[in-house]
Amino acid sequence: MRGNNWKDYQKQIADDHYYYARSCIRQNFFPGSEKAFLDIMHNDLGKEFLDDPRHSSCTGIGYHSDVVPLETTMTVVARQFALMNEAGYENFTTSCITSFGIYTEILSTWNEFPETEERTRENLYKATGREFAKPRSIAHTSDVMYHFRDEIAAKAKHRLINVSTGEPLRVVEHIGCHYAKIFPKAGVGGSEFPYVLAGMIESWGGECIDYPERRHCCGFGFRNYLVQANRGYSIANSQKKLESMAPYKPDFIVANCPGCTMFLDKWQYAIAEMEGTTYGQNGQGIPVLTYEEMAGLVLGYDPWELGMQMHQVNVEPLLDKMGIEYDPSAKYLGRNGRYIGQPESSVVNAGCSKTVYDIRE
Amino acid sequence: MKRVIIIGGGIAGMQSALKLRHRGIEPLIIEKEAELGGKLRGWYVLFPSFTPASDVLNELRNQVQQAGIETRLNTTVESFDRDHVILRGGERLDCDAVILASGFTLFDARIKEEYGYGLYANVYTSADIERMLNEGRVTMKNGKRPKRIAFLHCVGSRDEKVCQKHCSKVCCITGVKQAMELKQRFPEADVFNFYMDIRMFGPGYEEMYREAQIRHNIHFVRGRISEASPTIDGRIQIKAEDTLTGRPLHMSVDMLILLIGMRANDDNASFARSAGLERADNGFFAPKDQFLGNVESNRAGIFYAGTITAPKNIGESLNDAAAVADTVAQYLGA
Repeated sequence: MRGNNWKDYQKQIADDHYYYARSCIRQNFFPGSEKAFLDIMHNDLGKEFLDDPRHSSCTGIGYHSDVVPLETTMTVVARQFALMNEAGYENFTTSCITSFGIYTEILSTWNEFPETEERTRENLYKATGREFAKPRSIAHTSDVMYHFRDEIAAKAKHRLINVSTGEPLRVVEHIGCHYAKIFPKAGVGGSEFPYVLAGMIESWGGECIDYPERRHCCGFGFRNYLVQANRGYSIANSQKKLESMAPYKPDFIVANCPGCTMFLDKWQYAIAEMEGTTYGQNGQGIPVLTYEEMAGLVLGYDPWELGMQMHQVNVEPLLDKMGIEYDPSAKYLGRNGRYIGQPESSVVNAGCSKTVYDIRE
Repeated sequence: MKRVIIIGGGIAGMQSALKLRHRGIEPLIIEKEAELGGKLRGWYVLFPSFTPASDVLNELRNQVQQAGIETRLNTTVESFDRDHVILRGGERLDCDAVILASGFTLFDARIKEEYGYGLYANVYTSADIERMLNEGRVTMKNGKRPKRIAFLHCVGSRDEKVCQKHCSKVCCITGVKQAMELKQRFPEADVFNFYMDIRMFGPGYEEMYREAQIRHNIHFVRGRISEASPTIDGRIQIKAEDTLTGRPLHMSVDMLILLIGMRANDDNASFARSAGLERADNGFFAPKDQFLGNVESNRAGIFYAGTITAPKNIGESLNDAAAVADTVAQYLGA
């Protein structure tokens, strides 16, 4: 129904040869996702991505927390571009939404205020002796996955369909604020109705849910979370979204931002422990996936290879709906086959409820 | 006999033609639509008197017909200068002066994506409501009577994000008028108008605004709606800030009505280029002088009438037309 709006926002996404910038935090939260992205691109699609160990943080969290000055952020960004140039690439893709926001903001600032670009060139040269050219294209990795959604659909081993009913899975897609709310033209589908995740879901057989708080922030918001005293705001925002989506009975949530994916997952645990409330079906939470995990499941990757045992909300109900075979006994075995430990039973996974802490007491 | 070509057959164009004819000048109206009347054709009743729009429209059309004024319908102007007009297709019409009265364009509410116009059932524009009033059927999409209605002022006006910095002037009073009309039809409904300023500039407008509050119990909330979303039962959830109480506000409504503004026509740019005319920053044409020459352009022989220079109400557009006829007659020595 949003086709007309979406077609106004067409973004050029390169077909191949990318310089890949990792996220600082994703490898802790969802450790298999970046590897899954590279594996899908290399092994399933035959694309070439350079995973360069020399690149650094974009400083995004420090920048948004007011501990890193803008000039420093610009210089660090310029260094990433210099590394990309040295490696012989022109297309830049970044795994993190905050970083994507930083890169688009800095490029736009240089465009609007060319003197800041000149100063950055001087700073980079003085600090590192490097020079840089701006990338020919810049994309978030979810843009790249969206770009290849039909190729992935053609190779799909599983579709986003409930195998026992034949109905499409009902999916909540959540877009990170820094993807397109800052620069609507930078995102596929603009800021109000981004199509980047919806396009993947539709191509792979699922159905998107439009619920009232669809566009609301997940609650991460750097200052909401990084300042401990503000964390009540963070969980309150997540709760608002979860309350709003629950009546639509979503089968899972997918997000394209490290913070959103983590907070929508982990705050469900906290709400369940605090109030005994869960938002999924059969007394469980709603599984929260990264788009790489969603693509990996569609392509037949093993869920534990994708790192899905690290989720707070168990993903098994979703795997069962999709008809994915998995080895329950392998869930908590690490890559070397050794037991990695496992979480206690929790309310969000319909487990023990004696831990519920009633805030009113 | 001197010949004046009037580009645009709305109320300003028709009135200009009639006034010129009274002075013995031969007008020719060029209208791109299939009939005369312009935007007024889509309107139901006029503020503040609730006069049916058709009364004004039919009167002007009858007079134009009775006066035998030459009219070219379904005709688009490609370019013009003071002594000629070139039509699409290449035909050239010579004249002694040109009056540009091609009006305005209604703001396309889909551009304000956050309000979901064209996406969600039960989000309407003020133009949709006039059409529904004309059709005698104002309902929700499912045919039910609305129980809660919200109007949002300034959609596509005073909004830098969509490059429409100007005030469209008539939307505030249109919002008051339509709120009263809907309240009369649905007395059981709660009606809310979300505004940033209420600008009641015309005679009788302020009184109407008071009447809406006192007699019709219409609620006016000072605050912009930030976004609209669909609810599971097909209603619209809106978020706003009530800036008088300083609190955020959440509400589900059955109908959301966007009071869309008046913007400059897209073809103003090419007209300005071809005829060497100056435009204001907002895209409307800039008159030669705001006080002593507000129906004249910066070029002799080219004149303006109606909303081609700025948003105006019906009365002002008709007065413009009378003024331009007088100015053109003086220019032609008629």
